[in-house]
Amino acid sequence: MKVLVPIKRVVDYNVKVRVKADNSGVDLANVKMAMNPFCEIAVEEAVRLKEKGVVTEIIAVTIGNKAAQEQLRTAMALGADRSILVETEEDAQPLAIAKALKALVDKESPDLVILGKQAIDGDNSQTGQMLAALAGMPQGTFASEVNVADGKVKVTREIDGGLQTVELSLPAVVTTDLRLNEPRYASLPNIMKAKKKPLEVISAADLGVSFASSTKTLKVEPPAERSAGIKVASVAELVEKLKNEAKVI
Amino acid sequence: MGILVYAEHDNNSIKGATLNVITAAKAIGGDITVLVAGSGCGAAAEAAAKIDGVSKVLCADNAAYEHQLAENVAALVAEAGKGSSHILAAATTTGKNFMPRVAALLDVEQISEIVAVESADTFKRPIYAGNAIATVQNSDSTKVITVRTTGFDAAAAEGGSASVEALDVAKDEGKSAFVGEELAKSDRPELTAAKIVISGGRGMQNGDNFEMLYKVADKLGAAVGASRAAVDAGFVPNDMQVGQTGKIVAPDLYVAVGISGAIQHLAGMKDSKVIVAINKDEEAPIFQVADYGLVADLFDAVPELDSLV
Ligand SMILES: Cc1cc2nc3c(=O)[nH]c(=O)nc-3n(C[C@H](O)[C@H](O)[C@H](O)COP(=O)(O)OP(=O)(O)OC[C@H]3O[C@@H](n4cnc5c(N)ncnc54)[C@H](O)[C@@H]3O)c2cc1C
Ligand SMILES: Cc1cc2nc3c(=O)[nH]c(=O)nc-3n(C[C@H](O)[C@H](O)[C@H](O)COP(=O)(O)OP(=O)(O)OC[C@H]3O[C@@H](n4cnc5c(N)ncnc54)[C@H](O)[C@@H]3O)c2cc1C
Repeated sequence: MKVLVPIKRVVDYNVKVRVKADNSGVDLANVKMAMNPFCEIAVEEAVRLKEKGVVTEIIAVTIGNKAAQEQLRTAMALGADRSILVETEEDAQPLAIAKALKALVDKESPDLVILGKQAIDGDNSQTGQMLAALAGMPQGTFASEVNVADGKVKVTREIDGGLQTVELSLPAVVTTDLRLNEPRYASLPNIMKAKKKPLEVISAADLGVSFASSTKTLKVEPPAERSAGIKVASVAELVEKLKNEAKVI
Repeated sequence: MGILVYAEHDNNSIKGATLNVITAAKAIGGDITVLVAGSGCGAAAEAAAKIDGVSKVLCADNAAYEHQLAENVAALVAEAGKGSSHILAAATTTGKNFMPRVAALLDVEQISEIVAVESADTFKRPIYAGNAIATVQNSDSTKVITVRTTGFDAAAAEGGSASVEALDVAKDEGKSAFVGEELAKSDRPELTAAKIVISGGRGMQNGDNFEMLYKVADKLGAAVGASRAAVDAGFVPNDMQVGQTGKIVAPDLYVAVGISGAIQHLAGMKDSKVIVAINKDEEAPIFQVADYGLVADLFDAVPELDSLV
């Protein structure tokens, strides 16, 4: 079976972003970029399913600018067989991204689409669920365990109260949570091999999708800063402060 | 028109998170209809009718909604919410699961995790792990929104007298089935609703050592949380993770024990009223957000704390 893995190029998770002085957005000039960590987990899961013999082909896809080819190469170094870049300079929103992915699902007919549960820049956590709705597929979000057997996928989900397991008919959408797996590092030979794997570039217009958005960002501001606190010398002093100064215990 | 609020419940009562969502709905303005969907959820619908500010309750009592499967619930909400000015749900794992599906079914965008209402079409939401707050304006005729509960006070659970109407719509998409669940059982308050939260990190070393935190927590009526490192290492279950990709908490008092203070952890707790950090490394970033910092070995400090509270 075929798996489609949508991945996203985002600011590296170690970077603390700064808001631009004119409040138009965050400053991403010269900032280190990387594959969204949840997408790495998605690629890893697809690769493990292939190693188990469940999956025959893995296609990585991203909607982004030229630079995002770097993350597609990474995905192929990790084990994706080929990849597709839907090239756009626009800051596409999840609904438009889901529509573009739906067009690719129609073209490629994957049995499984594995996405990250959230991108760590927009923090929207929408794309997988929207794609599932548009494609009429069931969804297993926030997955910590995925088992494919007999035309179905069983997904254990991390929910607020603990864990929930659902069984979905294929084709289905799965979004990854942190505990699903620990992604491998790409080896040098695999990085070299990935350079020769097919990377198809198409335009949003080719897919008949518009990236116009109904949501406008009016301004982006830094969060309220916490004022610096004090160091206490002992547990006794801490308890005294919490009781008499902060009055929280 | 009007606002549709999706309620979370346990069939008998409405969960606290929904009360925060009602407050967000009041800030937007308009008649508030609460949708209670479940199987055998009549008592919860009656409870929803008593919430202050609610004008109508719709009760969709059907086996298809028993386990809140996203496919079925989204189809129901998209139908019930068609024509509403806003559809709101809490940004819990339940709301995050089905709401984007609702938005896609209605062909509108979703605004995730709002923390403030500026006007009926303009909202504030954190991006980049809370390192930036965006003010966004949406022009869709129905606005689909998830609400970060820490951004809004809870509405009064009593004082309202809304009418309850049965909503006889069965949406069983037949593509997903509930297999089972493992829910954490605890007598301690829920992490996201607790007034005091004590969290442990990698510095705790193992799951057994969390007993020290449970003992202090029980004396203070606190909930216990954890960093991702502590969850990944298997010290404690996933539902205890606080952070950008776990639970967002904003208690009156947050005590971080053996937690370094990574951006992703801070994103989940830095709106707490008072923050205490106990860490043996005086350079740990957690001290930059702590109101009271104690540089000490937690294995000395926590037992002492236990004896003093
Ligand atoms: C208020 C606001 C301000 C913004 N500011 C900026 C900004 O300053 N700079 C900036 O670069 N962006 C900005 N964005 C855009 C935003 O970061 C996201 O690109 C967009 O909203 C998509 O949401 P998400 O990535 O959070 O999706 P999610 O739904 O959280 O993503 C989940 C998963 O969907 C898949 N996915 C998501 N996007 C893609 C994609 N493009 N291609 C393939 N798969 C994908 C991945 O598997 C990912 O793990 C802003 C958005 C908003 C709403
Ligand atoms: C995509 C992504 C999402 C993430 N989401 C989250 C999230 O939601 N929540 C989250 O918490 N993290 C998250 N993380 C992980 C985050 O980056 C950090 O790795 C994590 O928070 C570190 O946990 P920690 O502070 O317990 O461990 P460490 O960073 O290892 O810190 C342990 C601390 O304990 C102290 N210590 C050790 N022994 C003692 C002792 N005896 N007495 C006192 N102090 C002691 C040390 O000085 C140190 O400061 C995420 C990461 C990624 C990439």
